[in-house]
Amino acid sequence: MRIDLDIISSYIKNNQDVLDLGCGDGELLKLLREQKNINGIGLENNHDKIFECIEKGIAVVEHDLDKGLQQFDNNSYDVVIMTLALQAMQRPDHVLDEMLRIGNECIVTFPNFGHWRARLHLMLYGEMPVSDLLPYQWYDTPNIHFCTVKDFENLCATKNISVIHKEMVYENTMTSFLCKMLPNLFSETAIYHLTRN
Amino acid sequence: MDEFPQGSVGLVQPKIQRFDEPLHLANGRVLPDFQLIYETYGELNNAKSNAVLICHALSGDHHAAGFYSKDDKQPGWWDNYIGPGKAIDTNEFFVVSLNNIGGCNGSTGPLTINEETGKPWGADFPTLRVRDWVETQKHLADMLGIKRWAAIVGGSLGGMQAMRWAIEYPDRVGHCVVIASALKLTAQNIAFNETARQAIMADPNFFNGKYYEHNSIPKNGLAVARMIGHITYLSSDGMGEKFGRELRSGSFSLGCDDPLEFEIESYLRYQGAKFSTQFDANSYILMTRALDYFDLAREYQHNAIDAFSHAMCKFLVISFTTDWRFSPKRSKEIVQALLHAKKSVSYAEIESSHGHDAFLVPNKRYNDVFNSFMKNVAADSKSINTKQGEH
Repeated sequence: MRIDLDIISSYIKNNQDVLDLGCGDGELLKLLREQKNINGIGLENNHDKIFECIEKGIAVVEHDLDKGLQQFDNNSYDVVIMTLALQAMQRPDHVLDEMLRIGNECIVTFPNFGHWRARLHLMLYGEMPVSDLLPYQWYDTPNIHFCTVKDFENLCATKNISVIHKEMVYENTMTSFLCKMLPNLFSETAIYHLTRN
Repeated sequence: MDEFPQGSVGLVQPKIQRFDEPLHLANGRVLPDFQLIYETYGELNNAKSNAVLICHALSGDHHAAGFYSKDDKQPGWWDNYIGPGKAIDTNEFFVVSLNNIGGCNGSTGPLTINEETGKPWGADFPTLRVRDWVETQKHLADMLGIKRWAAIVGGSLGGMQAMRWAIEYPDRVGHCVVIASALKLTAQNIAFNETARQAIMADPNFFNGKYYEHNSIPKNGLAVARMIGHITYLSSDGMGEKFGRELRSGSFSLGCDDPLEFEIESYLRYQGAKFSTQFDANSYILMTRALDYFDLAREYQHNAIDAFSHAMCKFLVISFTTDWRFSPKRSKEIVQALLHAKKSVSYAEIESSHGHDAFLVPNKRYNDVFNSFMKNVAADSKSINTKQGEH
């Protein structure tokens, strides 16, 4: 249904152990259970979302991700996923390290702050961009660490993290070509499948 | 059915089942035979796949839901969560609730006559462990023809039974709901239990547990034991909200020398006195000891992950923010061990000011989480029923 979820699913092999950090309403884990028969667990802090997971029969553990993931052993999951939540973490770089400590691979998705509309908004209005996808004002947004596709790849390079797959998602097919050519300018959501070198 | 509130299972009646076979206990002793008193709510389906076992806590009993008569004002102890349309939905499930052995409500216990002596067992009743209760519950399941429980549900000491089931009889448990419980008690928790036991034993009417022979009851001691327990089941804030420093009688006015009584004093005394005539002191000692002795992982090299690795069911673990007797930290230990063992577990920490007692009290989020988990249990048990019907 959501294109980014289908892309993530394509990175997952059958019967893998999957940990979804900030799993939201459990939509992704449900999809992965149906398509890939995964053994999945979600961590979530939002009460309504936890309820929606349990309703779907998705295993979800109430947990504040900013309190850390020390309780998980090294290499205890095949894949650790975080969708659209990295930018809301206190230290996204530490989270990335933790994801690759716990999982052999990880998948992260984040809104690309280098998207042309965000750039245009800042340029034209001189104000922090507010959009449908990110409807918050600068002072109440949970998204405290925005980055662009380029910023993210720089971080991966310094951390010696290699990219297995990446995919840029855009609002319509028109921009598909542009997105491939200039991902930092035209992709709205970036999806990275990573592993430690 | 108009005379009962909506969502009630209505009129219920306990049944008694005798088991004329020796029960080998964890401590090496043998009960030559035993009986269980239990209640059931709802109907068992054809495949017998929709049975839910309720495991009671320290002072609980088999009467978990419904009423004994039209004039009965007090429904069963978990009536908030068992009934048609409730979290444990009796339209979906066949609910079995029993009084554990060692109890004092009709199952074999200290009040039962020891055939060897012709006198009540009293304090000589064998000490029990949680696994002994699981054995007797298995006898009951066999008798009812239930090969696999759709779910086993318990709060506090009941949660310990549910977990024990899940690892000792993994193929007989579909789902395990563990509420406000722990892998084992902390030293502080054992300390409260011991203080309660000492209060009972210090009562001159206790007679080393042979009070039946002296036609007496250690009422005062049992009342104090209950008061101690009760304090630990409530939160400081909850108690403050409910009672504050309100006076029930007397006054602090200058020159006034009337006897003073705080509301909380009066409440605790009332609860203690009520309990002391309803519960058996030897049972209370025995039950608190079983609680102290419980350690889920003892027989698994003290490794809870190893212990849980045997389980095959899905787990729901629930804790309450102000519960300090079985704090969220204890529930998180359960969750962590389950995660390490790669078991399916959901966990919710429910906001409540009711302390440990919160697991008995109506609470929207608790109900939502519990209810939605049980709906999935019902769907599972239905699909088994349909599959078996096709054969």
